[in-house]
Amino acid sequence: MNGFLNSIERALRATGEALFLLAAATWECRLAPLHLPKILAQMAEIGAATLPITAMMSLFIGGVLSLQTGSTLADFGIQGTLGGIVGVSLVKELGPVMTAILLTGRVGSAMAAEIGAMSVYQEIDALKTMNISPIRFLVMPRLLSTVVVLPVLVIYADVIGWVGGGVVAAVNHRINIPFRLFMRNLTDTVHFDDIVNGLIKAMVFGVIIATTCCYVGLQTTGGPREVGQSVTKAVVFSFVLILMFDYVVTRILFL
Amino acid sequence: MSLFSSRQPPAVADGGARYHESTPVGIEIHGLRRRFGDKVVLDGVELVVPPGQTLVIIGGSGQGKSVLLRHIIGLETPDEGTIMVGGLASTDPAMRERYRVAMIFQSSALFNSMTVGENIGLWLVEHHVVRSRPEVDAIVQERLAMVGLEGTASLMPATLSGGMKKRVAIARALAMNPDLILYDEPTSELDPLVSDTISQVIVDLKARLHLTSLIVTHDLRMAFSIADRIAMIHEGRIIADGSPEAIRADSNPIVQRFIAHQNPARQNPHRP
Repeated sequence: MNGFLNSIERALRATGEALFLLAAATWECRLAPLHLPKILAQMAEIGAATLPITAMMSLFIGGVLSLQTGSTLADFGIQGTLGGIVGVSLVKELGPVMTAILLTGRVGSAMAAEIGAMSVYQEIDALKTMNISPIRFLVMPRLLSTVVVLPVLVIYADVIGWVGGGVVAAVNHRINIPFRLFMRNLTDTVHFDDIVNGLIKAMVFGVIIATTCCYVGLQTTGGPREVGQSVTKAVVFSFVLILMFDYVVTRILFL
Repeated sequence: MSLFSSRQPPAVADGGARYHESTPVGIEIHGLRRRFGDKVVLDGVELVVPPGQTLVIIGGSGQGKSVLLRHIIGLETPDEGTIMVGGLASTDPAMRERYRVAMIFQSSALFNSMTVGENIGLWLVEHHVVRSRPEVDAIVQERLAMVGLEGTASLMPATLSGGMKKRVAIARALAMNPDLILYDEPTSELDPLVSDTISQVIVDLKARLHLTSLIVTHDLRMAFSIADRIAMIHEGRIIADGSPEAIRADSNPIVQRFIAHQNPARQNPHRP
């Protein structure tokens, strides 16, 4: 029983500290113009690391979505609505969630590892002794760039996913819907609000990824083994929080 | 003479600190206690360091030397007691706004993702102390020359030896024009030759800059060669405090045992 209560206490403390970190990093965003080169470098790094793999992921997600949904719809002879279904699924759900999960694995893990190693090797202490806020220097640029870049990546993923879905719909003999028809149905069905809401979701996920990974990194103590454990912890926590908040944000925005 | 410097706080203009010369500050520690879990690490430390003095704190491993330094620079908060740096509490953010306190960590703590030059110029850039890149570069070159590492600004820390990393860490500290400089085991994990080089760098800086310096070490060769004063810490308490000669002559058996164990015959390579 004591162990359970201790776990709850630790979880509550960690949540409070992470929220405090988020508030402090958000406050530091007012100084973003002074740190623009660092923020742009972070954005470039996130974009460069994620663009090719996002393209590949969304192409296949669009394709598989089209294949599975299209063949079922074909059984009822209503495959003409496939474009709308694939479009809405990608914009509202799969685009933001899958891109966030990809970003966590590709960029969030690197954030946790880098900041964790800096904690272990006293670099964070060195920053503090130079009166340089680690939150301003390390967390704020990562938070800002993740929140800005993730929605851009989601738009990119949505478009490529649509193309993937359209191509599969056109070339698969059971579905057999021309690409142009697929796209027309898609553009008729997907509303601007759906896209905006998907981007809001992406921004929330960006906050979750940056805050969780930076927080876990900053809490790292020990040595290289603990850095590895922190990376695992940061990625798992981010995944769980993304899926939890996916429901919460969906409930608020779409229903 | 007042224990603390009478220097006015640095003027801050346009969001940046002015880059002025170092002015040594004093330290006063009273009744400092700190425990980690059940272990009492600092047990009522009393220590006063006047401005400009070089105090070496000696003692065995795990006796609380490094923890004491971390308290002085405000990285740790005491359970009890006070630490005043230039008249301000070490945990008060105003202390670090007003005085420039630099620390050389045992691990050097260089930023591995930055070049040597970027490491040294970081404080200048982040605090907008100097505006132009050439000015930063000039200060970086000057500080590198002070520690005998000219021409290394473009190297990455990973390519440096342990002794070079320590000297870069000292150069990074000097780029702040510090009012107080703390060294945590500056010669640990270095061979005697490199250790002597680091000692010589510290001796040269002391002669040139007259900074208030606190050096934590268990290397008595170094301690006796550079100290104005030596304090020995044992089980979280200062058990001996005085000039190097007074420490040598101290009758406390723990002090004598520590000195004898460190082979005093090999000490004092730099003392005139």
